[in-house]
Amino acid sequence: MPRALPYLLLLPASLFLLVFFFYPFGLVVVESLTRGGEWTTENFTRMTGHWKFAPAFWNTIWLTAIVVPVQLIMALTMASVVQKLKTGRSGLLYIFAIPLGISDLAAGLIWLAIFEQSGFLNSIFHAFGIIDRPTLYLGYQNMWVIFLAVVLAEIWRATAIMMVIIVAGMGLIPKEYSEAAEVFGASRWQRFTRVTLPLLRPSLQTALILRILMAFEVFAVVMALGGTTLPVLMGETFQWQFQLQDRGVAAAYAMVILGLSVAFSLVVLRLLHVPKGARI
Amino acid sequence: MAEIVIKGVAKDFGAFTALHSVDLTIADQEFMVLLGASGCGKTTLLRIIAGLETPSQGEVWIGGRRVDHLPPRARGISMVFQNYAVFPHLTVFENIAFGLRMAKVTGTEVDRRVRRTAELMHIEQLLKRYSGELSGGQRQRVAVARALAMEPDVILMDEPLSNLDALLRLEMRAELKGVLAESKTTTIYVTHDQVEAMSLADRISVMNGGYIVQADRPTEVYRNPAARFVGSFIGNPPMNFLPAKSEGAGRWHVAGQSFAGPQGSAAEFAIRPEDLHPSDTGLSAEVRVVEPLGPHTLVTAQVAGQPFRAVLDSDRHITPGEVITLAPVPDRIRWFDPETQKAIA
Ligand SMILES: Nc1ncnc2c1ncn2[C@@H]1O[C@H](COP(=O)(O)OP(=O)(O)OP(=O)(O)O)[C@@H](O)[C@H]1O
Ligand SMILES: [Mg+2]
Repeated sequence: MPRALPYLLLLPASLFLLVFFFYPFGLVVVESLTRGGEWTTENFTRMTGHWKFAPAFWNTIWLTAIVVPVQLIMALTMASVVQKLKTGRSGLLYIFAIPLGISDLAAGLIWLAIFEQSGFLNSIFHAFGIIDRPTLYLGYQNMWVIFLAVVLAEIWRATAIMMVIIVAGMGLIPKEYSEAAEVFGASRWQRFTRVTLPLLRPSLQTALILRILMAFEVFAVVMALGGTTLPVLMGETFQWQFQLQDRGVAAAYAMVILGLSVAFSLVVLRLLHVPKGARI
Repeated sequence: MAEIVIKGVAKDFGAFTALHSVDLTIADQEFMVLLGASGCGKTTLLRIIAGLETPSQGEVWIGGRRVDHLPPRARGISMVFQNYAVFPHLTVFENIAFGLRMAKVTGTEVDRRVRRTAELMHIEQLLKRYSGELSGGQRQRVAVARALAMEPDVILMDEPLSNLDALLRLEMRAELKGVLAESKTTTIYVTHDQVEAMSLADRISVMNGGYIVQADRPTEVYRNPAARFVGSFIGNPPMNFLPAKSEGAGRWHVAGQSFAGPQGSAAEFAIRPEDLHPSDTGLSAEVRVVEPLGPHTLVTAQVAGQPFRAVLDSDRHITPGEVITLAPVPDRIRWFDPETQKAIA
C-alpha cells in the first residue's frame, strides 16, 4: 500500500473539518479579541464586569461538579449490575438508553411538566393533601429548586451515555483478571477498585470528557426549567448574541467555555493516564 | 495440614458433561500431576478446587474443611492460571505482590518475598515492567512467581511452564520441585508434558473425557496402566496393542504366537516399544520406517496388519522392508479387557 494512501483517504474529512469547523472557530477567536476592527480585550472586561458573569460561571461549575460525579457513580453501579446479567442484558441497555434519544430541550420540557405550577408534582402533593393549592416551585425565590430540577433533569437525560460507554469498556476486560484477584484474596470491592477501575481507565476517560464537555454546555434544560433566572455560561452566550446583539462578548463567553473544556479534558487525561505497556 | 479430598465432583456445562463424578485424594504435601489430552477437564477440575467454578455435584475438602460453598479467597490456595492472568495495569513487582498486599503483609516482607520469588523464576530484572512489555514465557513466570510468593498451603498450577523453551523449562522444573518440597506445599500441577509429569509427580492422575482413569505413582502408571487409554496416552512412543484369541487354559494366540495370559475369553495384548528385542522367535514384524534417535532406533513396523513400534538398540542395522522377529519381555506383557478397556490383573 502506498504510504500516502491513508492520508489521501482522510483528506476529504480533514478538509471538511478545516473549512466548516476550524475556520468559523478562528472567526470566533478573532471576534472575541476585536471590537470595531481593533484588537482589544474589552470584550472580556465587559463580560467579567457584568453582574451575571460570576453567577453564570459558578452555576455552570457547580452543576458540573454535582451532576458529573453523581452520574459517574450511577453509571458505574448500573454498568456493574448490567454486566452481571446473563439474560435480558441488551433489553435493559435499550431501556436505559431511551433518554439518549430525547433532545435536551425536550428533556427540560418533560421535567418542567413535572415541576411547574400545574404539573405532576403539584397534583400529587395536592392529592395527598401535602399542599392545599398549587405552588410555584420554579420561581426566583426558590433558586435551589430550579438548580435541583436542572440537576435531576441532567442526570435523567445523560447518565445513559456514560453507562453505555462503561458497559462497553467493562465488556472488554477479560474476566480472568477478576478471577485472579479473587483467588489472591481481593474482596468484591477490592476487585472493583484494584482491577476493574484501573482497567476501565480508557473508557472512563472517554465517558468523563464527553460528559464534562456536555455539562459545560448545559443550556436548553436550564432555559426550559428556569429561563434566565438561573444564569449559566451557555445561556449568557445566547443572551449576548441574540438579546443584547453584542457578538464580541458572546464570543468571549464561548472562549471561556472552550477554555474550561480544554482545561478539564487535560485534567481527566492526566488523572486517568494509562502508562505504555499497561494496556489490556 | 492441607489434604485435598474431592468426593464425587461432577460438572455440567448445559448439556455437556465436562467432569463425571471425580473422586481423588491428594495427601498433605503431595505433588499431584493431572495429565490428560486437551479438553479432558483438567482446568475445570482445578477451577472447581479453586472455587472459580461451582461443581454440579460433589464435595471439595481442603485441610479437613469442606470448602465447596466458600469463595476462592477463603480456601487458602493460590493458583497459576493457564492464560496467566497477569494484571496489565500493574508492574511485575506489584503483580507478584498483589496477594501479599491483599493479605496485609508488611512492606519489607512484601519486598523480600517478591524479590526472592522473582529471583527463583529469573525475572528479577523485569520487576519494573508492565505485562504488555513481556514475552509469553516471561509473563508465565510472573504468574508462577505471584502464586509462589503467597507461600500457600495449596498451590494449583495450570500448565505453568508450557510456554518456556526446553532448557529453561528443565531448569524451572527442578527449581519448582525444590521450592515446593521445601515449603511443604500441597501441589496440583496440570500438564500435557509426560516427561514433566514423570519427573515432578509423587502421583499422576491420568484424565480422559472427564474421568480420572488412574491415579498412581509415575512408574506404576507407566508400567501398569490401569486402562488401555493410559497405555496409549503415556509413553513416547505409546504402548503397542494386538488382538488376542483365547486358546483356553490361560494361553493366548497373538499374531501367530502363543503367550501365557489371564484366564477368560477375550483380551487384548499390550507391550511397550522398549520392551521388545530382536530374537529368533517372536512376533514377525515388517519394517516400514526406521528413525535413528541417537541412543536408540525407533522402528515402525506392521505386525498382523497392525501398526507396531519398537525401540531397539542403535547398533543393529535395520532397513525398511526387512522382516524382523521381535520378542517381548515376558513379564512386561500387559492384558486389557476389550469390553471395559480396563487392565486384566
Ligand atoms: N464455561 C464453559 N462452558 C462450556 N463448556 C466448557 C466451559 N469450560 C470448559 N468447557 C468444556 O469442558 C471441557 C473441559 O475443559 P477444560 O478447560 O477443563 O479442558 P482442559 O483439560 O483444561 O484442556 P486443555 O489441556 O486444552 O487446557 C472442554 O470440552 C470444554 O470445551
Ligand atoms: Mg486447561
